[in-house]
Amino acid sequence: MNAERILIRYGEISTKGKNRNRFISQLEKNIKNTLSDLKPVRFDSGRDRMHIELLDASETEVVISRLKPVFGIQSFSPVVKATKDLDDVKQKAVELVNSVRDKGDLFKVKARRADKKYPLDTNELNLEIGSHVLRNVDGLTVEMKKPDIELVVEVREEAVYLSAETIQGAGGMPIGTGNKASLMLSGGLDSPVAGYQMMKRGVEIEAIHFFSPPFTSDKAKEKVKELTAILSGFSGSIKLHIVPFTKIQQTIHQQVPENYTMTSTRRMMLRIADEIRKKTGSRAIITGESLGQVASQTLESMEAINAVSSTPILRPLIAADKTEIIDIAKEIGTYETSILPYEDCCTIFTPAAPKTKPKLEKVEFYESFVDFEVLIKEAVEQTESEKLTVGYRAQEQKFEELF
Amino acid sequence: MLYLDNSATTKPDPAVLESYIKVTEQYYGNPSSLHGMGETAAQLVEMARKSAASYLNGSGKVIFTSGGTESNNLAIKGFAQSLRSRGNHLITTNIEHPSVLEVFRHLEKEGFAVTYLPVDEKGVISIDQLRSALKKETILVSIMHVNNEIGSVQPIGEAGSVIKNQSRAIFHVDAVQSFGKLPIDPDKAGIDALTLSAHKFHGLKGTGLIYLNTDQQLVSQMLGGSQEFGLRSGTVHTAGTVAMAKAMRLATEQLEKHRKHLIEGRDLLRAFFETREEAEVLSAEDQAPHILAVSVPLLKGEVVVHALEKKGVYLSTSSACSSRMTKQSHVLKALGLSDDVIKGAFRISLSHDVSLNDLEKFKKIWEEVIPPLLEGVKRNER
Repeated sequence: MNAERILIRYGEISTKGKNRNRFISQLEKNIKNTLSDLKPVRFDSGRDRMHIELLDASETEVVISRLKPVFGIQSFSPVVKATKDLDDVKQKAVELVNSVRDKGDLFKVKARRADKKYPLDTNELNLEIGSHVLRNVDGLTVEMKKPDIELVVEVREEAVYLSAETIQGAGGMPIGTGNKASLMLSGGLDSPVAGYQMMKRGVEIEAIHFFSPPFTSDKAKEKVKELTAILSGFSGSIKLHIVPFTKIQQTIHQQVPENYTMTSTRRMMLRIADEIRKKTGSRAIITGESLGQVASQTLESMEAINAVSSTPILRPLIAADKTEIIDIAKEIGTYETSILPYEDCCTIFTPAAPKTKPKLEKVEFYESFVDFEVLIKEAVEQTESEKLTVGYRAQEQKFEELF
Repeated sequence: MLYLDNSATTKPDPAVLESYIKVTEQYYGNPSSLHGMGETAAQLVEMARKSAASYLNGSGKVIFTSGGTESNNLAIKGFAQSLRSRGNHLITTNIEHPSVLEVFRHLEKEGFAVTYLPVDEKGVISIDQLRSALKKETILVSIMHVNNEIGSVQPIGEAGSVIKNQSRAIFHVDAVQSFGKLPIDPDKAGIDALTLSAHKFHGLKGTGLIYLNTDQQLVSQMLGGSQEFGLRSGTVHTAGTVAMAKAMRLATEQLEKHRKHLIEGRDLLRAFFETREEAEVLSAEDQAPHILAVSVPLLKGEVVVHALEKKGVYLSTSSACSSRMTKQSHVLKALGLSDDVIKGAFRISLSHDVSLNDLEKFKKIWEEVIPPLLEGVKRNER
């Protein structure tokens, strides 16, 4: 059913004390962003909830679908506007209940009166509207404690507002309120999920991918672009930095003993990510590491790798099981793309028996024979950056005319 | 020229041809190759696959083939072989296209038991007979949607629900003649496998598909490089898949409009032949919108075909495939028609690009060409 307004409940933001206004205006901005191609909307934001007024009620459905992934929204309800004439309120009430009739049979009216001059009081409103709905919609039973359909009627100075449906929001914090961090995005299952988890906490992300042609194919690069595009659905757009990594990887393989190449590779990646982070003004680095999942993700490995940087490294999946990660990946839509079988730079140079307990002194010693600083600088300089949005499907668009 | 043999094949749509040429020229890489050119071709094939499936209204899987005959062979042999441990009974009808019928005959030689359902005078099977033919051992039922010689429409929706309710058999439908003329929803009709051929709806010859709407495995009939999920080896025909998907889009988008137009044309011809003493309409009323089988019992069908051809009108005796063989049409025999009627049979098959005006011209040509031929015959008979 078309709605004139949408009521948005913040959830966690409303507990944020002095910063609340900043959170709310960021949420307004993010909502505006995600609705930017639709008719303009008007905001009326209070301490615990916000109303958006739609100029075109026929856009209700698409607005609802756009609001669902926006972080910082606990839940929201489409609201129908009626005049203060009781007959109009009753008629709108019946229409609204009919539109959510499939939710169940247990029904309740909850009237509220902000306009105390309204001739009917709350109890009278409940009775009048409730009995009218019961007479005009088949099969409803009144249930006060756990109704399937709760019709909320709010009488205000200017009009009466009705809603009957609460839609679950994405929760979390508005993206942007948590500053910015750089996500190391490999193309596997974990890193997109890690990025999503941090975005959910309000962090804006930029992604960094290491590309080793010809050892990794363009397909692998394309896959990472697609993953970035999927993630950008939560924030509007994400910048992807693609680092040419072949030379460094080859140098490591010439210089470092095989069982330490993986450790050394990770250290170089982290150093490069840190440089890019500085350039882009990020405050932290995000990885998809999960403790014990592979050789580089033991505590000993992390110690040896992490030693190259004092930047905070956020590992939202550190205690997650693979099955949990897969569940989230499916939910956010990255799973199908992540499992495409293209080699990335992590898999292609994997030694047969990597050290699970590398020693920091050893890896530092092996690396000391080459001036990696120069190579790192070069890689950072040659990094290509691209802004991706959810509509990224350049190739397919070109092909569409053929069909 | 007046082309009235659209059940034999259709004229390719220029838009379909354009896509075909573009893909052939620009994206000729082998979709199985690892490099970028191969990847691009593979991407096109996957887009075609997705797009083709979307016009069949379902979540099933498309396997591209070389056409209707290959699809029918793959579906019928493939499922019969993979399900043999479950039973050895198969069901089909006795008016199927040879690419179905001959496969069943071959399977009979391999030890399968086959029930051939008869048809009534309209050319339609009986659901009751299907119901009683289904056994515990039945593993596959294959029923065509629209018959290619007389245009009779089989009740595939009802057949599907009987098959699904009473057995575990796979339901295959040869929809070569119906796609683009009648709506098909494999999900609703309980269809597990569906055969299509692009050149019957203004696509190109050598391109077809089988739409699989089941998880049941089938045995590949073509061994080699395991393309098409291992079900159909052979370098994938990239341009063919794209062109077919496009032809499917055009046919689906215009289906309702085309159907109305075809029905108008068909009924105009029916009304005409009903006034002609020498002719007898064989197709029952309200069957396929584009096919009308007619007979002139005093003449051989091929005489009618050649006589009209001289005036630039092209049509077929019963079906294009069998018209070069001397044996009688198994479909017309199944209808219980007399030998004279069968011998004199021919088929008019319409397309959306044949106008009603064209058909008025056809009537004039008929009146001019056919009656003089009858004069001679009648005299001989006297």
